[in-house]
Amino acid sequence: MGLLALPMIGLLARVSWSTLGSDLTSPVAVDALRLSLVCSLWATGLSLVLGLPLAWLLARTEFRGKSVVRAITVLPLVLPPVVGGVALLLAFGRDGILGRPLFDWFGIQFTFSTAGVVLAETFVAMPFLIVTVEAALQVMDVRFEEVAASLGAGRWATFRLVTAPMIRSSLVAGAALTWARALGEFGATITFAGDIQGRTQTLPLAVYLALEGNERVAVALSLLLLVISFAVLVALRGRWLGAVRR
Amino acid sequence: MTLTADVEVRLDEFHEDVHLDVTDGEVVAVLGPNGAGKTTLLRALAGVRPLTGGRIVLDGRVLDDPAQGILVPSAQRPCGLVFQEHLLFPHLDAQANVAFGPRRRGASRAEATSVARDLLDRLGVGDIAHQRPGTLSGGQSQRVALARALAIGPRLLLLDEPMAALDVTQRTAVRQLLRSHVGGSGSSCVLVTHDPLDATALADTLVLIDDGRVVQRGTAPEVARRPASQWVAGMMGVNRLEGHVRGGWFDLGAGLAVPVAGAPEGARCAVLAPRDVSVTPYGAGPGSPVARSAATRTEWSTRVTSVQPTGDRVVLGLEYPTGLTADVPAAGPDGSRWDEGMAVTASVDPADVELFEPAPV
Repeated sequence: MGLLALPMIGLLARVSWSTLGSDLTSPVAVDALRLSLVCSLWATGLSLVLGLPLAWLLARTEFRGKSVVRAITVLPLVLPPVVGGVALLLAFGRDGILGRPLFDWFGIQFTFSTAGVVLAETFVAMPFLIVTVEAALQVMDVRFEEVAASLGAGRWATFRLVTAPMIRSSLVAGAALTWARALGEFGATITFAGDIQGRTQTLPLAVYLALEGNERVAVALSLLLLVISFAVLVALRGRWLGAVRR
Repeated sequence: MTLTADVEVRLDEFHEDVHLDVTDGEVVAVLGPNGAGKTTLLRALAGVRPLTGGRIVLDGRVLDDPAQGILVPSAQRPCGLVFQEHLLFPHLDAQANVAFGPRRRGASRAEATSVARDLLDRLGVGDIAHQRPGTLSGGQSQRVALARALAIGPRLLLLDEPMAALDVTQRTAVRQLLRSHVGGSGSSCVLVTHDPLDATALADTLVLIDDGRVVQRGTAPEVARRPASQWVAGMMGVNRLEGHVRGGWFDLGAGLAVPVAGAPEGARCAVLAPRDVSVTPYGAGPGSPVARSAATRTEWSTRVTSVQPTGDRVVLGLEYPTGLTADVPAAGPDGSRWDEGMAVTASVDPADVELFEPAPV
C-alpha cells in the first residue's frame, strides 16, 4: 500500500501551489494540454469507429482465424509501448510498408505530425474499448437482438436501438478507459511521432522534457494528469468497478 | 396463411429434420423434452437460424432454401417471436417496446404509438404503458411481450415456452389470452413447449419431437388414444402397453393378460388411463391377491416405485409392467398412505383397455 501511495504523496508534496497557475498556463503547458485533449479525443473517436465493429465481430460471429484476430487486438495491451512505436514506424513511417506509398502518392506523413500522435494513441488505447465492449456483448443475451430482428430492425438499427443502449455502461466505461489511456500515452508517441511542441508534444512528453529543465512545470503537469486519472476512476467507480446496472 | 416447412439444421453433433405444416388460423404445438430441437425449429422459422437443408415456404413465398441460396432475413419475415423469458427491451417502457416493431416496419411515430396503446389496452395492460420492464410482474411482461409480437400484424406467431416463466394463477389467464388472440384473424401460431397441458390447452395440432425427429403428430385426443411410444404416452398422461393378441387374450407377458373377445391376432398396443388402474395394498384387497392365475389374469401383485401427489389424488408408478402409472385417491382404502417400495395388488377392468394397431416405425 505504501509502495503505491508514497509516490503520489511525494508528488503532492513537491507541488509548488503558489506558482501552479502560472506553471499550468505557460506556453509549453498550454500547447501540450490542448494537443493532448485534441489527440486523445480523436483517438477515442477513432477507437469507437474501428473498435466497435471489431468487438461485435469477435463477440457475435464465427470465422476462421478468429483467435488470431483476437490476439492481435489485445496485443497492444501487453506490448511495451516503445515496441508499438517502432512497429508503427516500420508500417507508417516515411520508409514504412504503408507509409512510403502514402507519402509518395498523397504526401501524407504520420511521423512528426499530429495525425501520427492520434495513430499512436489509437494503437495503444483501442484494445481497452474492444475488450470492454466484447465482454459486455458476450454477456448480453443475443436473443434480444433476435427479437429486434424479428420486429423488423436491420443490423444497424438493432445495434443502435437495442444493443448499444443495453451495453451502455460498458460502452461508456470502455470509452473512458480508452480516453484515459490515450491521454497518458508516452512510449509509442515519442517513438513514432517525435517530440515537437504544439504538434506532437502531448502532456506526458512535456512532463518528461520539463523534468530536465523546469521541474516545477513537470510536477504541475503531473499533478494535472493525476487529477484527470483519478477523476476517470471516480466517474467509473459506480459503473465499471461497482455492481452491474440493471 | 399456409406454412410448409422442411427444417433441416445440422449443429455439430445435433441433427434436426422436422416437417411442419400449418394452415390458416391453426395453432400447432411442438412438444418435446429439453434438447429435442424445439427452439432450433422456432429460430429457423423466425430466420435467426439459417437452414442447412430443406426449405420454408410461407404463403407461397420461399423464406429459406439453402439449395437455391434463398434466405429472407428475419426483419423481412411476417413472424412475431415471443420467448419464454419475454426479453422486453429493458431500456424502453412497455409502450415503446410494443411500438418498436411498427416503427421499424415503416409506421410513423404517431401510428406506432396508437397501435401500441390499442394492443396494450386489449391485452389488459394499458395502465402500465409507461413502466419499464423491470417493474412488471411476470404476467404483465408476458402480455407486453405478446403485444409486441402482435404489433407487427404477424402472419405467423412463434411462441417459445410461453407459460414456463409464469406461476399457476397467471398461466390460466395467459392461456385464455393466447386462445383469444392467437389463431383467428388469419394468423397462425407455432408454439413450442415441454408442457403437455399447455399444448393440449392451446393447440389444434400437436407435433411431438424427440432428438430432432417427429415422433408423432395429430390432435390431442388422437395422440392420447394412439400414442406412438411410451414417451408420447407419458407426455399425454396415459399408459401405453405393448403385447400380442392370442386366442382372445391380449397377452402382456409374464402371465398378465386381458380378455379381448373378437380382436384380430397379432402385435397390438393398448392405452389405459391411469385412473382405470386400481391399486390396493397387498393383503387388503378382496380375497388374497393371486396374480397370474388363469381366472384373474387382470389382477397381479407388484410394487410401488414412485409416489407423486396431485392434490387429493396420487400418481403411483408401478414396477410391473414397466412404466405403468396408476392415479388413485391419496388415502388408501383403510386410510393408509402410499409409500415407495410398498407391495400392492393392481388390477384393471378389461373394458377400460383400448387396443390399437401400432403404427409401423
